[in-house]
Amino acid sequence: MHEMSLAEGVLQIIEDAAQQQSFSRVKTVWLEIGQLAGVEVEAMRFAFDAVMHDSIARAARLEIIETPGEAWCMQCAATVPVQALYDECPRCGGHQLQVTGGNAMRVKELEVE
Amino acid sequence: MCTTCGCGSGQTLIGGHALRQARKPGANVHYRMPAHSPDHDHHHHDPLPNPLPHAGEGANERSNPLIPAIDFGSGPAGAHAPGMSQTRMVQIERDILSKNDSYASENRAYFAEHGIFALNLVSSPGSGKTTLLVKTIEALNNEVELAVIEGDQQTDNDAARIRAAGAPALQINTGKGCHLDAHMVGRAMEQLKLEDNSLLLIENVGNLVCPASFDLGEAHKVAILSVTEGEDKPLKYPDMFRAADMMLLNKCDLLPHLTFDTDLAVANARRVNPDIQVIRTSATSGEGMDKWVDWIKAGCREAVAGRMGRSDDNRKSDDYQLSPLPLAGEG
Repeated sequence: MHEMSLAEGVLQIIEDAAQQQSFSRVKTVWLEIGQLAGVEVEAMRFAFDAVMHDSIARAARLEIIETPGEAWCMQCAATVPVQALYDECPRCGGHQLQVTGGNAMRVKELEVE
Repeated sequence: MCTTCGCGSGQTLIGGHALRQARKPGANVHYRMPAHSPDHDHHHHDPLPNPLPHAGEGANERSNPLIPAIDFGSGPAGAHAPGMSQTRMVQIERDILSKNDSYASENRAYFAEHGIFALNLVSSPGSGKTTLLVKTIEALNNEVELAVIEGDQQTDNDAARIRAAGAPALQINTGKGCHLDAHMVGRAMEQLKLEDNSLLLIENVGNLVCPASFDLGEAHKVAILSVTEGEDKPLKYPDMFRAADMMLLNKCDLLPHLTFDTDLAVANARRVNPDIQVIRTSATSGEGMDKWVDWIKAGCREAVAGRMGRSDDNRKSDDYQLSPLPLAGEG
């Protein structure tokens, strides 16, 4: 997907936080990436290093918390796990699924000094 | 700069002029200092070599534990000395796309206030978006005021085609960028001076990947899949077909010459997005253009009704819903 733009979004959020919270170095960044968020984790790591270069988060460690995909199956009336948007319901095999979880991408927490 | 598709920022042109990278103050960021939120889940701190002291060790002594404070003495060193490193945790909980989304919300609010129906047209390059737009403008036949924003990496060709069809159009050149974002569209809207109660058609950069994530403030994303492409595109690029509310199966006049299975294409799209509506169109033969234009007009009426702030009882019947049955029969 669009990991370089996303990494720039992460840096923006970090810089905003640095201004408001008065820190000058970021040691660790925790990102929450849903399995269905359309983000390639390896591409995100690559983009992260490139974008954080020369910023207050240079050499920061990137920790990615991957959250599993979840969907509501209308036929089963239940929440079921899904790995991809085109997956079928593991219970009934149908495709009447509404994604309910694992589609977020957030900056969750920073370790700063 | 995008690792997947080679895009980047900094070379964006709107109508041939550089995009002003004005930074607006973003939405408020909410922080919670870990030491003062006893209910906060700390499981992911565990990998840290030096766990920080948490609630219960000093917070209880404060007169008001809800007021966050920066405690320089609570770091691993246990004391504050100039030049000594102090590590702390900052809770952010902010969406990575929040900046784009805040611009998109501004655009959406503007559309609502002015009764503008905005569509974001997305597809692969070469699916026939621009030709379809030209024919759509002709079919609307001045019944609706409209404007077009054209997104392409380079050239003003598409905007020129739209202007030749008689509609105001503004070209955004994204340079190395592979998608339009809400900030670019907001700037383009300022230049276009949109009419109240009008239609805004945004032709995104031909790309089935990146534009899926970037909300522009539109009412609907419309995915255009031409029948020369392959029935499995919705499965190959599920994010886009998930994000779209409408799919146009375009270039249907070519079907007699192809082995394209329209039923399979629709089934694949509904596998990814059970609610997606589908219209078969051909800009060349005119097939489906009436249904497509009716759907646009219904959307425009709804946008105007929303602006008037009255609940329109006829809205439901105006909504154009194509059931899967007639389409399956046509295949």
